Amino acid sequence: MNLQRRRKWTQFLGLLCIRLSVTVIAAAMIFMVIFLFINGIGVISWDFLTQQPTDAMTRGGIYPAIIGTLYLTLGSIIVSFPLGVASAIYLNEYARNGRMIRVIRFGINSLAGVPSVVFGLFGLAVFVVYLGFGSSILSGSLTLGLLILPVVIGASEEALKSVPMAYREASLALGATKWQTIRKVVLPAALPGILTGSILGVGRAAGETAPIMFTAAAFYTKVIPDSLLDECMALPYHIYVLATAGTHINETRPIQYGTALVLIGLVLGINLIAIVLRARIRRRQG
Amino acid sequence: MDQSLRNKNRISRRLREKIIQSIFFTLSLVSILIVGLIFFFLFNEGVPIFQHISIRDFLFGTLWYPTADPPDFGIWPMIIGSIFVTSLASFIAIPLGVFSAVYVSEIAGHRAKEIIKPVIELLASIPSVVIGFFGMVVVSPFLQKTFDLPLGLNVLNASMMLALMAVPTISSISEDALNAVPRSLREASYALGANRWETITRVVLPAGLSGISTAIILGMARAMGETMVVLMVAGGAAAIPGSIFESCRPLPASIAAEMAEAPYRGEHYHALFATGIVLLILTFMFNAIADHLSHKYRMTESG
Repeated sequence: MNLQRRRKWTQFLGLLCIRLSVTVIAAAMIFMVIFLFINGIGVISWDFLTQQPTDAMTRGGIYPAIIGTLYLTLGSIIVSFPLGVASAIYLNEYARNGRMIRVIRFGINSLAGVPSVVFGLFGLAVFVVYLGFGSSILSGSLTLGLLILPVVIGASEEALKSVPMAYREASLALGATKWQTIRKVVLPAALPGILTGSILGVGRAAGETAPIMFTAAAFYTKVIPDSLLDECMALPYHIYVLATAGTHINETRPIQYGTALVLIGLVLGINLIAIVLRARIRRRQG
Repeated sequence: MDQSLRNKNRISRRLREKIIQSIFFTLSLVSILIVGLIFFFLFNEGVPIFQHISIRDFLFGTLWYPTADPPDFGIWPMIIGSIFVTSLASFIAIPLGVFSAVYVSEIAGHRAKEIIKPVIELLASIPSVVIGFFGMVVVSPFLQKTFDLPLGLNVLNASMMLALMAVPTISSISEDALNAVPRSLREASYALGANRWETITRVVLPAGLSGISTAIILGMARAMGETMVVLMVAGGAAAIPGSIFESCRPLPASIAAEMAEAPYRGEHYHALFATGIVLLILTFMFNAIADHLSHKYRMTESG
């Protein structure tokens, strides 16, 4: 009888621990978002989003940082999308040799594990200095593009895997070649999945700071960059600089909150779209 | 005539297919090529520091005064800082991450799952600079007040923020591992009269153990390589921290904080790249262990 009661109590406490853990995580996440929302929403206005910073960054808007982040994000997806989709096509459609697949996968996993600041060092050594692009949108986009490459590959592979084998077999049976099958049957069927998955990569690129610190980001630019070889401001770097450096940390606090809210809104928005779209695609495929 | 034309066509078609396949093959090698280039360029820019200082003094030296004359380049305090925050972050993140995976896979109903999973995924997507900012403006004053400290930017703060970043990694990979545990094992356990908790702790968790270990190690690798959080909330002192309430400077923070000021191809610049090598090798080791574990895991699953 005593044993029965003890078992029941252990179960009760154990399950309580599990529920508590989940609550702690969800609460931390929700508190963080709400806190930034409450403190940041008052700052955000049309002017904040469309004006240049003024008065040594203590007033004005964050327009150049928004534009810079959009450029960098767009650039990184242009770099990673073709490479990522091509890698996934090879792995999922062509590769037969188990050892080769393992080598390629090892490369992808290793790339995914490289710390973001090391990407920054790599970008500095290769794109900024060795190739002579300088600290620029081009260098930053290339660095970020390589950083999110594993995300794009993973997403594309998942999408390709979900295309039923029967599609390929039907196409091949009609006399189409492998490439015709991939181009006209497999890719169109997988495209929505590939695109949604890649959106996750975009979200990641928009929020990264360390890789662009030495490759693209500027503390302040007077004008909106008009060439790929210009430096640019970026939302994550703007938050970091205002919050840690300079003499006006307290005066710029509202701008920091506002920038953080814009960034988190951008990234969470992007991810939410991807999650909803993915759920719909999965449901449709059963 | 007709026959030979068809043959010709077939040959060119086959050739084209071969070419296309080799293009895809080449492109798929880019990842591993980039990893190789990362190693090459880091060593290229980092190794020259060892003309000025021995590897031993670099790794185990306790003084870091890169701009003094003569400069000191000892990164031991940063290595200890990294290990300290990573361990404490794992100590917090492992139970939270594994338990939340257990919740999603074993306990949650359909509804709860639909809510909790996206919340964890969204947590994973919050930019590290925002988490660092949160640590500065919320957690730091809180720690200062609660523990009556002169400064709230310390090992504890950094570890808590890192734990937030490691939880989603640990949780989502552990969940995959738990989902791969066959239903029949759970049913057998229940049939023997075990209750839910006993089934989870004695059957499901042991069965998913290697997958969960992979998850934990990948989470730790993420915490170790994370830059912005430790740059913003660890405090930044290049000294060995004596307690969780003291300031420290993990490896990534050291690189990020000083790279902008280091003169190009000077000793300081090379020393920071060499710090990058150490960080890369440490995270690489974690990833290799995770990779090894996950292969072992796949084999037991199919066998």
